[in-house]
Amino acid sequence: MPVLEREGETVWRRRTTGQSMARWFAWLIGAAVFLYCWQQISEATTWFFVWDAPRIAEDIWSRATPPRWEYITQLGRPVWDTLNIATLGTIIALFLAVPVAFLAARNTTPSALFVRPIALLIIVSTRSINSLIWALLLIAIIGPGVFAGVVAIAIRSIGFCAKLLYEAIEEIDKTQVEAITATGASRWQVMAYGIVPQILPAFAGIAVFRWDINIRESTVLGLVGAGGIGLQLSASLNVLAWPQVSLILIVILVAVVISEWVSAKVRGAII
Amino acid sequence: MSQPDLDQMLAQGWRKPHFIQNPMLRWGLILGAAVYMVLAVSTIEVDWGRVYEGLDRGWQFILSFTRPDFVSRWGDIWAGLVESIVMTVAASVVGIAISIPIGLGAARNIAPLPVYLVCRAIVAISRALQEIIVAILLVAIFGFGPLAGFLTLSFATIGFLSKLLAEDIEAMDKVQAEAIKASGARWMQWINYGVQPQVMPRLVGLSMYRIDINFRESAILGLVGAGGIGATLNTAFDRYEYDTAAAILILIIGIVMALEYLSGIIRARVQ
Repeated sequence: MPVLEREGETVWRRRTTGQSMARWFAWLIGAAVFLYCWQQISEATTWFFVWDAPRIAEDIWSRATPPRWEYITQLGRPVWDTLNIATLGTIIALFLAVPVAFLAARNTTPSALFVRPIALLIIVSTRSINSLIWALLLIAIIGPGVFAGVVAIAIRSIGFCAKLLYEAIEEIDKTQVEAITATGASRWQVMAYGIVPQILPAFAGIAVFRWDINIRESTVLGLVGAGGIGLQLSASLNVLAWPQVSLILIVILVAVVISEWVSAKVRGAII
Repeated sequence: MSQPDLDQMLAQGWRKPHFIQNPMLRWGLILGAAVYMVLAVSTIEVDWGRVYEGLDRGWQFILSFTRPDFVSRWGDIWAGLVESIVMTVAASVVGIAISIPIGLGAARNIAPLPVYLVCRAIVAISRALQEIIVAILLVAIFGFGPLAGFLTLSFATIGFLSKLLAEDIEAMDKVQAEAIKASGARWMQWINYGVQPQVMPRLVGLSMYRIDINFRESAILGLVGAGGIGATLNTAFDRYEYDTAAAILILIIGIVMALEYLSGIIRARVQ
């Protein structure tokens, strides 16, 4: 127990002198790094615009309210497209994520040395690149439109779904698998009767969870030209039609809240 | 399973139980999904000719990963990367610092009702607004540059971290906190010695995770002018310089992997 000698008495302390010195030094370095970063940001900022910001914000607010409600008639199709991008993207991603997850899980992978690293690489690389970047890339490759959005969402979701799914597969109860194997089942029968029933609830949960995230992401894919309500948002922003922008933002907010509610309900019903 | 059930099931073939027990609900869902799929697929316009043309370009892009060009635009890449990292660090520090008090306020077992409602409202707003939309608005208000990105990421961090921190505090062990209170601790001491040690490991883990997310998000903020590597990446795609784009993507994936590895080590140490 670290103690401090003071006037002949020992007083309890939380840390020894060495420990507190080390902590103090770590905090010092952290503060220095933060200040350096802040200085970099500050240098790249035109502070005149920042001091002017309250006025600009007020100006934008006065332009954006009230929202142009009659514009909502033109938003039906974009909202439908957004929903399709998210849903079809999630479905495609799930189809692709299942084999990747089985190849990546330690207990089901055919080869831990050769196949597993490849599966993990797929997971990491698809997960660490944002769907907007995938959309940018796909637009350059297959042209703008809803299809590019679907594929972008699908690729981005593979890593996420496969990662959660392979963690679920690694946590399954081995005894059930052994019981099925003991009946003389083939590899695929073990899969279908021993492993799949155990991960099905997790799978459904992951699917709905990712669908919810994808609704959010697909609302902004249009900013780079990949279809959905983001197209309308970017068009309205480009012509500075703030009343339309505020209406679109309200629609996006409502969509996000509804999707979150649906996903919470479904997950609550499964678990 | 009760005895009569078992008697009935004897001498009958076994069938796999369905994932959704209620047959009405099951068939309803299957039918609904089928109808939706037909509608969704039929409304997506895919220009297959364009896709076919693009396949060649897609292949070029995949090939460019084998010969990424770090050199010819290294100045731009380096500047963008540094700006992304700077934004990530500064925004994570500020976001975590702000989200701790808000997280305390959003925990029902610590905060009085008015504080709770205010903090929950802040969390809800921050979570409902997508990063890129916040970034668009902040760029409009504060002007181009990393300051808008920094503010966006800080704002997003608050919603994410406060919510999870509050949930963790609500799930903590009351007995320890009460013991500290019984020793006559002031409010600050109560939080410091009764609550903080219980939630600290998870807070560190979540903060590391959020730093990871912030870096990934900072890579796209440049698309709307909020600083970071995104602007460079967008330019590379627009100019069809796939080898430069591949170099940037490899760097992003590498940094995300390094961060994930680091956070794994740190989380293992604090838990």
